[in-house]
Amino acid sequence: MSERRKIEFDYSGVDTDRMRVNVGPQHPSTHGVLRLEVELEGEIVTEVVPHIGYLHRCFEKHAEAMTYPQVIPYIDRMDYISSMNNEWPYVIAIEEMCGIKVPEKVEYIRVICAELNRIANHQIAVATFGLDAGAFTPFLYLFRDREWILNLFERISGGRLLYNYFCVGGVRGDVYPTFKEDCLDIVRQVRATNKEIMDLLIYNHIFVERTANIGILPVDVAINYGCSGPVLRGSGFPYDLRRSEPYSIYDRFDFDVQVGKGEVGTVGDCWDRNIVRMREMEESCKIIEQAVAQMPDTGDVFEAIPKKIRVPKGEIYRAAENPKGELGFYIVSDGGQKPFRVRPRATSFINLSVLPEISKGYMLADLILILGSIDIVLGEVDR
Amino acid sequence: MGLLDRLDNPYNFGGIILGTLEDLLNWGRSKSDWYLHFGLACCAIEFMAANASHFDFMRFGTIPRASPRQADFMIVSGTVTLKMAERIVRLYEQMADPKYVLSMGSCANCGGPYWEHGYHVLKGVDRIIPVDVYIPGCPPRPEAFLEGMILLQSKINKQEIFKKRKRLEEEMKNMNQ
Repeated sequence: MSERRKIEFDYSGVDTDRMRVNVGPQHPSTHGVLRLEVELEGEIVTEVVPHIGYLHRCFEKHAEAMTYPQVIPYIDRMDYISSMNNEWPYVIAIEEMCGIKVPEKVEYIRVICAELNRIANHQIAVATFGLDAGAFTPFLYLFRDREWILNLFERISGGRLLYNYFCVGGVRGDVYPTFKEDCLDIVRQVRATNKEIMDLLIYNHIFVERTANIGILPVDVAINYGCSGPVLRGSGFPYDLRRSEPYSIYDRFDFDVQVGKGEVGTVGDCWDRNIVRMREMEESCKIIEQAVAQMPDTGDVFEAIPKKIRVPKGEIYRAAENPKGELGFYIVSDGGQKPFRVRPRATSFINLSVLPEISKGYMLADLILILGSIDIVLGEVDR
Repeated sequence: MGLLDRLDNPYNFGGIILGTLEDLLNWGRSKSDWYLHFGLACCAIEFMAANASHFDFMRFGTIPRASPRQADFMIVSGTVTLKMAERIVRLYEQMADPKYVLSMGSCANCGGPYWEHGYHVLKGVDRIIPVDVYIPGCPPRPEAFLEGMILLQSKINKQEIFKKRKRLEEEMKNMNQ
């Protein structure tokens, strides 16, 4: 890489106007229906006010009205890019309340599905972040690979995007005979493409110039705002629920928690958050390889599924590491067939709250990049 | 496609294409649709998949436009909430005639899974703007979306332009009498 040159402009002689600009809710770069009210001084952002609620789909109302298994499709539609991961904390919480022990094979199927979906989510995140920076080609490459993951999910669950695959006590269908080979094929392909993307996008000089030293999120601010996932790890704090509070069978796998190191700029800038996602894809590949090697071939995936779910009275909070961060469900049961209340800890909502803090003092064009690097899904923000 | 069949074999007619002006206009309109993508929810991700390398939506001659003033048709993909509804109407009104609407997914068609308890969900985008093509599914597969696009093109191909005005004038006359 050539030497980076710092360009300083003297804005003191430039006559600028203060103005308020409305970005969204229908805007190609807001990743959904987010509305940002931006105050500008010339082209420098001085204040950002996010307005949300354009995709409020009444999740808690639905959770009150539905029985425990019927809530799962609505959980799919919260963070619709990573449905498999979303379902997991919910079913873990109910299994724990009912005291159900899940068969060994199911745990491995769940790990493989969740990690494949993590790869698919990060592929979309990197692809759309590239689009925000003006790079269209990586989008095409990453979506080509994502189709293979979706095809595998379609074979096991029947859905391309929203799966409703995990259920309390097991999964809705057994895997097909060549499942393991297909997983390893996908891992091979993802590795090959990621190597290409590293040259094409991540270490591209234009991309580095656009994203390094932009939207710096100091680690103390990230912790104060409650950020998690790649946003927090991009700031250099190694917090990953799979490692710090291993749920399911994650303590059996060997993988690293990737953190941002400020290789091309400052720790916690947009580039760091993005490289954490790229490296996490590789970690997911490692976990999938180990899980495929350890997964038992025989076993009944339906044996622990209860005929009727009766959850004893009580309350529980269980969280899992979603691709976007810590997603948790707080479930209150009154002993009936329907949950009394299901309250999600929505990662995207909490990560979005840091946007006004870190986007001050940058250009309007950089605001779009900072928003893209946080990687929000409005279905989860508004619920 | 009447016009294209004649283009395939130009020598029989000495390089002359015979057809009506209506055919020509409809052909132009259906083969170069520019769209305003109103991505709202999950269906927008399937639409992105349809737009990417596997399904290649742009082979229909479509180009994404960020401004409604340059768009020919609007794709409403996802759950329409009450807060969003007025924005959709406003953007629809900003589009220039002739304009079409493609409603993608169960939520935009009728409210979908949020039909019963969704107190903040509009039960179908056709309650606020006229819809030309409905694509069912939650979310629809990209193939289903492409099928919807073919249906929209065939609808544009069959539309009346001149006869319609004549017919409407006569109807107005009859009404006045």
